[in-house]
Amino acid sequence: MNRVAVKRAALLVLGCAALSLVLAEDAGIDLPHSKITATFKQESVPVEAPFKKFSGHIRYDASNPAGASASIDIETGSFDLGDPSYNAEIRKQAWFDSSSFPFASFRSTSAKAISPTRFEVTGSLYIKGRSLTVTVPVTIVAAGLSTAFDGTLPVSRKAFAIGDPTWNDVIEDQVNVHFHLVNASPSN
Amino acid sequence: MSSNPHASTIVAGSQTHYTRTAVGLHWLIAALIVVALVVGWTMTDMPVSPQKLKFYNWHRWVGITVLWLAALRILWRVTHRPPDMVAMPAWQRIAAHALHGVLYLLMLAQPISGWIYSNAAGFPIVYLRLIPLPNLVAKNPQLAESWQQVHETLGMVLAIVVVVHLLAAVKHHLIDKDDTMRRMLRWLP
Repeated sequence: MNRVAVKRAALLVLGCAALSLVLAEDAGIDLPHSKITATFKQESVPVEAPFKKFSGHIRYDASNPAGASASIDIETGSFDLGDPSYNAEIRKQAWFDSSSFPFASFRSTSAKAISPTRFEVTGSLYIKGRSLTVTVPVTIVAAGLSTAFDGTLPVSRKAFAIGDPTWNDVIEDQVNVHFHLVNASPSN
Repeated sequence: MSSNPHASTIVAGSQTHYTRTAVGLHWLIAALIVVALVVGWTMTDMPVSPQKLKFYNWHRWVGITVLWLAALRILWRVTHRPPDMVAMPAWQRIAAHALHGVLYLLMLAQPISGWIYSNAAGFPIVYLRLIPLPNLVAKNPQLAESWQQVHETLGMVLAIVVVVHLLAAVKHHLIDKDDTMRRMLRWLP
């Protein structure tokens, strides 16, 4: 083998490695291991229900937490209250209006380290055609080969016009969105 | 037969009526059971609305109230001798005891089955919007389905048993013309 062939082979290997890194970074959220749920209170009774479908990317480098970014899209029609009639209700115009607004999204704009295992993400929360700037503290948890990002984001239903006002005396305005998001591991 | 059936059953050392506490608990629980059954049957057919959620919570609170009142009542029953039964055929006495046993059992079992069903369906119970009760089971849709059946079936059985109990009391009063019903309603003519 001549030197040129060796160089080419080395470049090819490096190129593949780089590509696989890029792909790993872009593998997105590992849906089966991740969870997004909402808890709300109806007449003081805490009720928790999951969003079954969501996708997104979280980029986080421990050596540069301020460079962290997150982009999440949740299918509003995948909210499962465990009962078909309530699931139909929540998709209606007065609530999520899922036919007009199938996705609720979060796009980060900045991040700030709090501690080695916590950082704060600020970004825009889009629900039902409205956008609000929110800041959410995120805890970093080891999850096997990958990393999980955990946190809770309080959301006001009123701020996003979610829900007919006639329900206000049975369902509290504040809904807490809990997330446990696992980045797909590089081996995937 | 005595011409005054009201006095005929008085035996030395025994009472003719239940204690005021037992009578109070009996009628309070009876009223709450009727409310729980009516609200329970109404709410399941209601369209999704805030009122439906309220009905479900009221139903839960009434049921939990029946549960602790029934526990109190059973405690009272075992510590206070009930009035003697009026003379009647043995099969009627046995049937009455059996029916009362089933009623006591259902007063406990029906609220507990509802509590389990509610928890399995993902709804903890916050009694009167004030006291969070412990979850008896974790959220589990399959379990919720089974306990829904148990709760509905026991509800039906409870309704039937209550009606039989009521008809038997009325039969004793109007047909047998004995003191059975007066033990629980002393002012009855």
